[in-house]
Amino acid sequence: MTQDEAFLQFLLRMGDNTLILGHRVSEWCGHAPVLEEDIALANTALDLIGQTQMWLGLAGEVDGGQSADDLAFLRDAWDFRNVLMVEVPNEDFGRTMMRQFLFDAWHSIMLGRLIKSSDERVAAIAAKASKEVAYHLERSSDTVVGLGDGTAESHDRMQAALDYLWPYVGEMFASDEIDAEMAKAGIAPNPADLRAEFDALVQRVLADATLTIPESEFAHKGGRNGKMHTEHLGHLLTQMQWLQRAYPGASW
Amino acid sequence: MNQVPTDKIWEWLDAVPDPEIPVISVVDLGIVRDVCWDGGTLKVSVTPTYSGCPATSVISMDIETALRDHGIKDLRIETSISPAWTTDWLSEKGRARLEEYGIAPPQPAGGPERCPHCGSKAVEKVSQFGSTPCKAHWRCTDCLEPFDYFKCI
Repeated sequence: MTQDEAFLQFLLRMGDNTLILGHRVSEWCGHAPVLEEDIALANTALDLIGQTQMWLGLAGEVDGGQSADDLAFLRDAWDFRNVLMVEVPNEDFGRTMMRQFLFDAWHSIMLGRLIKSSDERVAAIAAKASKEVAYHLERSSDTVVGLGDGTAESHDRMQAALDYLWPYVGEMFASDEIDAEMAKAGIAPNPADLRAEFDALVQRVLADATLTIPESEFAHKGGRNGKMHTEHLGHLLTQMQWLQRAYPGASW
Repeated sequence: MNQVPTDKIWEWLDAVPDPEIPVISVVDLGIVRDVCWDGGTLKVSVTPTYSGCPATSVISMDIETALRDHGIKDLRIETSISPAWTTDWLSEKGRARLEEYGIAPPQPAGGPERCPHCGSKAVEKVSQFGSTPCKAHWRCTDCLEPFDYFKCI
């Protein structure tokens, strides 16, 4: 694998994570339990979609002139490189917020490292995105603590959400030859090297939330290399890509 | 047409309102990063506030319309994301107008200094996110009014 090929895969991983999570979070628009949460979720989704435009925009440039829209709307499930965690259904508000917290924790640490990337385009996107993600993390941490250390009902739901999502955490720190290539070029850190910082952050917040981290280290994998997505991704794409599939080239 | 001096262009741009907060201009907001002539082409460099802000494309269109109305025919609007936009670039005039309009201006401490309606310092956060990506939702515990706070980033 050449460095250019690895770079493209890295950019797709970053952009597909924010695209798929952004779409999932946007599904709450008009459905959240209270108006403030509805607005907050919609704003978070908007930030993630905006970041997607930058990551996939750069990926398209590297990949011979496709647009971010081409990559978002015209690829099929097996072409996506997002981690599996972002494609699982929202389920209840608790699971949505737990997923957001676990992703935000990884995302903020990853972007913090990417600000120092040897590729100045990557560094610029990371600098922009990390300001937004700092707010996402602040909110999702507060909410996880508020609900985890809340009523018996909210506590149980948050513990169930953590138990369900924990097996999806490991994939964010799996490293392969693409990551090795990126680390060698100084473009991106090796994801495995972020784990200690992630664990420290997550353990602190989840302890405040009176939640117990599952002991199992089993990790679902297959999203970030595209080998095996969950069945949920295809269903999500039928919604997200419907307009471009039904009316190719349609624009505002 | 002779090349219009760039300070004149800046003056014109200072009359282009932000589409979401019309009391401040795109120059007050600090998103116009550079104005220069490249041969016969006027280049205007604009930076987005938040990467997903839906107002960004409207702002570029408003800038283009305003400059064309002033007779600029050959112009190019470029988006620059680095250095990333910061609320430190809001003008003093812009900050004052935000407060008059009922939006608390950004503070380095991370929260509003006072209620923009009654001036009380007894304020509390409702949510990190408000009516647009750039604002958070706060309320005053004295006059009991909710208000938007322009987030500091």
